[in-house]
Amino acid sequence: MSPTIPFDPRVLRAPHPVPGAPDNWRRFFSFNTDAKVIGIQYIAVSLFFLLVGGLLAMIMRGELLTPPADLVDPTVYNGLYTMHGTVMLFLFLFPVLNGFNNLLIPPMIGAPDMAFPRLNAAAFWLVPLFGVILMASFLVPGGPSGSGWWAYPPVSTQNPLGHFINGQFLWILAVALSGVSSIMGAVNFCTTIIRMRAPGMGWFRMPIFCWTALAAQTIQLCGLPVLTAGAVMLLFDLSFGTSFFQPEGGGDPMLYQHFFWFYSHPAVYVMVLPIFGVFSEVFPVYARKPLFGYHVVAIASFAITFLSLIVWVHHMFYSGTPQWMRNVFMVTTMLIAVPTGIKVFAWLGTLWRGKLRLTTPMLFCLGGLFNFIFAGITGIMLATVPVDIHVGNTYFVVGHFHTVIFSTITYGVFAAIYHWFPKFTGRMTYEGLGQLHFVLTFAGSQLNFLPMHWAGLMGMPRRVASYDPEFAGANVLASLGAFLLGVATLPFLINIVSSWARGAKAPANPWQAIGLEWLLPSPPPAENFGEHVPVVIAGPYGYGLGRDLVENQESVVQRSLKEA
Amino acid sequence: MSGEAPTRPFRPDPAAIALVAIAVVLNLLASLWMSRQVHDWLPVQASSAAPYVDNLFALETGIGTFIFLGCACVMGWTILFNRAPKYDMDDGAPIEGNLRLEIVWTLVPLLIVMAIAVHAIQVNQVLATLEGKVRVSSGSEAVAVAGSAASDEPVGPIQVIGRQWSWEFIYPEGVHSTELHLPVDRRARLELISMDVLHGFYVPAFRLKQDLVPGSVIAYALTPTREGRYRLRDSMFSGGYFSANQTDVVVESEDAYRAWLTDALRRPLLPAANAATELWQLRQERGDRGWATVPPAPPPLVHVDADPATPHDA
Repeated sequence: MSPTIPFDPRVLRAPHPVPGAPDNWRRFFSFNTDAKVIGIQYIAVSLFFLLVGGLLAMIMRGELLTPPADLVDPTVYNGLYTMHGTVMLFLFLFPVLNGFNNLLIPPMIGAPDMAFPRLNAAAFWLVPLFGVILMASFLVPGGPSGSGWWAYPPVSTQNPLGHFINGQFLWILAVALSGVSSIMGAVNFCTTIIRMRAPGMGWFRMPIFCWTALAAQTIQLCGLPVLTAGAVMLLFDLSFGTSFFQPEGGGDPMLYQHFFWFYSHPAVYVMVLPIFGVFSEVFPVYARKPLFGYHVVAIASFAITFLSLIVWVHHMFYSGTPQWMRNVFMVTTMLIAVPTGIKVFAWLGTLWRGKLRLTTPMLFCLGGLFNFIFAGITGIMLATVPVDIHVGNTYFVVGHFHTVIFSTITYGVFAAIYHWFPKFTGRMTYEGLGQLHFVLTFAGSQLNFLPMHWAGLMGMPRRVASYDPEFAGANVLASLGAFLLGVATLPFLINIVSSWARGAKAPANPWQAIGLEWLLPSPPPAENFGEHVPVVIAGPYGYGLGRDLVENQESVVQRSLKEA
Repeated sequence: MSGEAPTRPFRPDPAAIALVAIAVVLNLLASLWMSRQVHDWLPVQASSAAPYVDNLFALETGIGTFIFLGCACVMGWTILFNRAPKYDMDDGAPIEGNLRLEIVWTLVPLLIVMAIAVHAIQVNQVLATLEGKVRVSSGSEAVAVAGSAASDEPVGPIQVIGRQWSWEFIYPEGVHSTELHLPVDRRARLELISMDVLHGFYVPAFRLKQDLVPGSVIAYALTPTREGRYRLRDSMFSGGYFSANQTDVVVESEDAYRAWLTDALRRPLLPAANAATELWQLRQERGDRGWATVPPAPPPLVHVDADPATPHDA
């Protein structure tokens, strides 16, 4: 079999510097090149920053509980919301998804590791580095950046105290490093998926998660260089007196918005595509049915990739954009609903006439799908120019965005954690605590994000530290929801920590799922299948079809039982 | 199991058809009802643009409700009736797809969003032609305004000046104000100017929003259609005291407007009261705690100063 292995066998001999790796907890604190270690490192770091970002959000919601700015100074509020957005995007969502990429891609395609293990470890270690830089900005004179996660100039280049090292400077540095880390990750993920699939795994036998990961990482490769260029110019404007974006020096503040959104709108798809992958993996397992319309779902991922790169101006409809451009970008934005709709209907088709098992991961996926349909509809509203002119830059956008980012993507993250936790830790989670986590999260997120839509329709701008009394009702509800979400993380943390420490031992395939990763022991050995890479003979998700996924499936299963 | 033909052994089941038909009718009624509710979720309509925006939003709410409820019903049905009983380890129906259905659910959403897009482009065009009228008459400039009685002549151009963090309105008649007064049912021409950073000219009751971009003068036009006092909010984040940067638009009758202009010119130019300046002074008194911000720009010198405590309609 070994001659057919499509990757360089040297990968198998990539160094694991900490001796006795599988049982040595120190490997999680080292420059380890094992993708499964790196995956857990990513996820652990990102969950820490989820708590940091959540804490910032709760202080913000505390401030917004009453109309005047009475809990914190408005300048402090600006810093809090800037850091909340930055932490949640760059230190929670991107890292957590790269964690899943690391954990899932190699086992799912039968590869022993990533294509470039050292690059992979370097990409990870940049995350704590820029995390520390970003957190350090709380400590510099003047506090952290307070110009929003868009950092639009001229506000972002005003530098009130005149120090060279200031919050905005550190913010740009952190974001640029995050971009470098993401590009390094993207090179790795794309190469691995393209070059290292198991024998017999053609494109259309690849799990949807790998399709979506490839689609998302393609966006990273196309879009991130543009943002990084914009960030460098912003840094020069801020620190070295250039005037790329300063009108008094002949620059144009609108130019930055193009640089920023050319990447930062697709960035939402970088985050949501892998979650579409998670939905596509989880629904078949717990509905006990093949994924409905696998081929179309796979192709739709790349339709989204392509369209995501030509919609960015919809963030600038009221910035002085000419009418023809508004119309063009409205149409492209609306078109994204089509491939996205295909996926939604495919998941509904997967559920139809299934045998649903409402486990925690299934509940989070169902909840996430429900919220995503709602967010898709408000997304179409926002794409429509005349409506966007009214609700753009109001809380309607905040509500829409959080319904996507939290109530869909983060739900998917939780689903993925519960679903694959047994595989990669070798321990089962507690079902009761998981369901409690779901119920509290679902209630909290509806309470938090639904009233925001209403406040936005009535005309409450986003990013305000104080507001007119007529918005108080919606804000009180939203704040209660935010605090409930804070409470909801407790059962999650208790569950994860105690399950890992003393949960029941997980079998190789606790959910009777179909997929290469479930043919490995739990947790998988360092090199996954090693030199016994199975030959894939069928497409994924063969539930109820009575077919084998790989050649000699029984012997592969037996090996996984023996190794465990 | 494996013998099941490619997914659609189409045998019309009258009960199922009736059930689906009832669900569709109920969904249609619910969607229609939802689309009628939107006016309660929005501020009063006070400009010529507002009804177009609201109708488009109502249309999207109706279509969106139909799709959302439809999908939610399918999910709810499967959760209620396709649950695996405890200890049932069987698989569901092994349906891998249905090409015809997949084509339908690609084309139907495509048609729906394109229809919405075409309609929205038409609305865009209508809104643009409302503005176009101004451009036609713009040769005559604003000098004529004071003399012309309730004509089609537009008001203005009124300079709208955004600063960190105040609004100032300068009328061609020479009035300086921090409150924007406009005559009802007459086109008003504005020139949006920012003195420092990006700001957003946003009047929710008008359903209009336009950014002020430093380095550019942006010509803008609107027609208020309802008398009242409406909030004007800064919608583009502008730094430190961004949220305090709001004032009122007063829409009044032609006569009241003219009287206000004449009265305003008799008053002295005084520095305006300014929420951001007050907050800044408060901060200085408390030992300048908080994170860095540029100090507020000096309040503009105005004839008429807005009173933020006056109740507003929207």
